[in-house]
Amino acid sequence: MKRVFAKPDRWKMFFRQFPKELEKLGLQSLPIVAIISIFIGFIMTMQTKLNTANPLLPVYTTGLVTRDTLLLEFSSTILCLILAGKVGSNIASEIGTMRITEQIDALEIMGVNSANYLILPKIAAFIIMMPFLVVFSMALGIFGGYFVGVLTSIMTTGDYLTGIQYAFVPFYVFYSLMKSMIFAFIISSVAAYYGYYAYGGALDVGKASTNAVVNGSVLILFFNILVTKIMLN
Amino acid sequence: MIEVKNVDKSFDGNHVLKNVSAVFETGKTNMIIGASGSGKTVLMKSVIGLHRIDNGRIEYDGRNLPDMRMSDIRILRREVGMLFQGSALFDSLSVLENVMYPLEMFSSTTKDEMEARAIFCLKHVSLDEKSYGLAPSEISGGMQKRVAIARAIALQPKYLFCDEPNSGLDPKTSLIIDQLIHEITHEFGMTTIINSHDMNSVMEIGENIIFIEKGEKAWQGNKDDIFHVDNKALNDFVFASQLFKQVRQANQ
Repeated sequence: MKRVFAKPDRWKMFFRQFPKELEKLGLQSLPIVAIISIFIGFIMTMQTKLNTANPLLPVYTTGLVTRDTLLLEFSSTILCLILAGKVGSNIASEIGTMRITEQIDALEIMGVNSANYLILPKIAAFIIMMPFLVVFSMALGIFGGYFVGVLTSIMTTGDYLTGIQYAFVPFYVFYSLMKSMIFAFIISSVAAYYGYYAYGGALDVGKASTNAVVNGSVLILFFNILVTKIMLN
Repeated sequence: MIEVKNVDKSFDGNHVLKNVSAVFETGKTNMIIGASGSGKTVLMKSVIGLHRIDNGRIEYDGRNLPDMRMSDIRILRREVGMLFQGSALFDSLSVLENVMYPLEMFSSTTKDEMEARAIFCLKHVSLDEKSYGLAPSEISGGMQKRVAIARAIALQPKYLFCDEPNSGLDPKTSLIIDQLIHEITHEFGMTTIINSHDMNSVMEIGENIIFIEKGEKAWQGNKDDIFHVDNKALNDFVFASQLFKQVRQANQ
């Protein structure tokens, strides 16, 4: 950890790697985030509407529940669990392959702080990109819910729009963004750890990748409780 | 010059290097030879500092590696070039970028100067200009070895380490790579250490040969001495093939 967060040997090299990581870990995650968020927003609205079909409940309930579920849990925690699979395995397998093909040894022999050069840009880039992914997911999820009103007859778009604006708590967005940045750190650092200390052959890189995803996901679930307790209590 | 003095190294109670002492001379191709499992790779990795030794001294022109702090070791390593068995080129960079990498990391020259130096190194290893923009996966094993040599000499190192440089290469390409290592060693006055069990290489470029057997230095000499040695373990190792037995008979 100390070596990862040391001052880079050359800032120029760090800033050359950094945009590449923003693109690879952030921008390349947009399609999966978009697809999942739209469909989850869609299905969450349908399910909520069908399971709250009670004349005593106000018409805006569905929009409100969809919005708060997306803001509080889906677009931060569940999205991060999904990204732990995509980004975590990507980081672990990339660094693990570099380890077993002696590319990390080559960096060390050159006198490069390999942990810093390889890992720091990934952690920094993913932490920075994560809030954008979360906001993107929130927007698309809510938009997916809106489509239910447009495409089906189970509710009107007006009821949904009323619901997503009702009793809105801006702090929930802040909470969600903070939480997602913590999760981004967990995903990237755990994956980098397993990749960096991989040894053996292709099979071992696969194991490192699996361990990174599983342990990263468990840590996300644990920290979700901790952060929620601290920030929402 | 690199001097190894009374080096011991164990892994979980398994004594791999036993009181090994050797001198790797400047401007010569120094070879570490020995059967698989004899300890030659451990010796090389210990000399580079990838393994921390239990006892002894490893002196790079008087600077004792085991006494150094990590920050000093990293500075020393900037004087070191290494050719790995699998070339260890960076997948994400092109051929030219691979050679420019150590320059960009540690040199304070301009980008044009770095590129000129990288091209000089690539031309020195006779690599075709057409390959400069290609990824390492797009070139042959022999070409990858050349790129790795070009990268290793980019910063004009004082010490060059080669781990099984001919591994996976055909005999003709192996000979070219051997000659290349030999030439640059003399041209740049480097201390080159080659870890090999390729007897063709030993006979071709072995100017200072250290034979390791069961973790101990069993013999030291050069490629001409090797024909007249009365060391059973060495003779069994070097003259294992029919071809080399005939070569030996012809030399005696």
